[in-house]
Amino acid sequence: MILLPCPWCGPRVATEFAHIGEVSARPDPGSATPAQWRGYLYLRANPCGWTRETWYHRAGCRRYITVERHTETNEVRSATPAREAV
Amino acid sequence: MKGSYDVVIIGGGVHGLAAAYYLAANHGITDVAVLDKGYMGSGGSGRNTAILRSNYLTPEGVKFYDRSVQLYQRLATDLDYNVMFSQRGHLTLAHSDASLRTMRWRAEVNKVEGVDSEVIGPAEIKRLAPFLDVSPAARYPIMGALWHPPGGIIRHDAVVWGYARGASARGAHIHQNTEVTGIDVAGGRVRGVRTSQGDIATPVVLNATAGWSTLISDMAGVSMPVMTSPLQAAVTEPVKPFLSTVIVSGTLHVYISQTDRGELVFGASVDPFTSYSMRGSLEFIEGLAGHVLELMPALTKVRLLRQWAGLCDMTPDFSPIMGKTPVDGFLVDVGWGTYGFKAGPVSGEAMAQCIASGQTPDIIAAFGLERFGEGALVGEKGAAAVGH
Repeated sequence: MILLPCPWCGPRVATEFAHIGEVSARPDPGSATPAQWRGYLYLRANPCGWTRETWYHRAGCRRYITVERHTETNEVRSATPAREAV
Repeated sequence: MKGSYDVVIIGGGVHGLAAAYYLAANHGITDVAVLDKGYMGSGGSGRNTAILRSNYLTPEGVKFYDRSVQLYQRLATDLDYNVMFSQRGHLTLAHSDASLRTMRWRAEVNKVEGVDSEVIGPAEIKRLAPFLDVSPAARYPIMGALWHPPGGIIRHDAVVWGYARGASARGAHIHQNTEVTGIDVAGGRVRGVRTSQGDIATPVVLNATAGWSTLISDMAGVSMPVMTSPLQAAVTEPVKPFLSTVIVSGTLHVYISQTDRGELVFGASVDPFTSYSMRGSLEFIEGLAGHVLELMPALTKVRLLRQWAGLCDMTPDFSPIMGKTPVDGFLVDVGWGTYGFKAGPVSGEAMAQCIASGQTPDIIAAFGLERFGEGALVGEKGAAAVGH
């Protein structure tokens, strides 16, 4: 069982959350080339190790949080409010 | 292990071993090494639920998986190895109008491609699988099903061992406990691989590592649209034979079959987050048990024997990524998500042809890595991970 320390609600089971995925920079839609935009849409680092990702607390506070998680052990190091909604 | 090979295949599962086998059997290329960081079939090939079918939704997918079923049908003869293929029929249940509509769509695409597939109603379903609860009062009533007679189950370990024996007998070297730690690329070409057992010079590397494929492609500097998630499965104690078909419910995220030993094998869709962890979870087993009992209430007293997980390299369109990459000599056979095992033979055959001829075979032309840059995705809504 994975517990995510929601900054608003405290530690909660991961099934309360929706996994949104890796935090990646969104290119400017006005100036990005189609290739850059599709890279942003589809390409993923998919690391085996520590990653920063967004989760949505859908059965709780309904806010987005940024989580640092190890993808091989599922250990969670931190959870902070996401700067901006995804 | 030699210091150089004509072809190095990373991943000793059904895909890698089949590629080695067909390279030798169809093209006479025998200076081939298959490397696996664990033992043969220790990844997805030994962790899947051994279901074969070809009733997909896209014409590209149906043609491709149908070729695989054809190869599986004669595999025991080709390999002189009993792979225990049982074409017992495959039922995909529909619990809603939307789902029934997808089944009809799939059936029509299948028929056009020459694949035996038909939508049937609850009475016919009850005749094929009497233990299913087809009453309209069920929480998720069974409104119909896609009936696919050529589908079935097979002994997945035997497929791995059969291909391994066939490849080995024709000259391929299989190196287990040999982890690839790096891939040498110079001037846009593959030069060799580094492993825990020493370096190998080679002009051709095939990445056939499924769940771990991102990590291998990263070594060659090739970015991929892949996310790795675990898929969990479980098996019960053996009971007397009562279930002669494969039962699948996309809505309930469960598939059920009974092995020749009498155990019930259950699979699910992928866990709803990315991870390389292969630990089972309590949430999964609770959800699975509930869904199985929803379909077959008579199973309340059956005990689970064990549960496990495998890794799925999911792509955005639920279709694989096969063929060449921007790095010369570095080929991929990845993105196998929840459908890799059933595609083993056709993938091995196609990748062997791709390596031998230097040309991408027509049957995998739609599955190239370049489709994501071009926006030409192959939306495969017939995949097991897709809820209907």
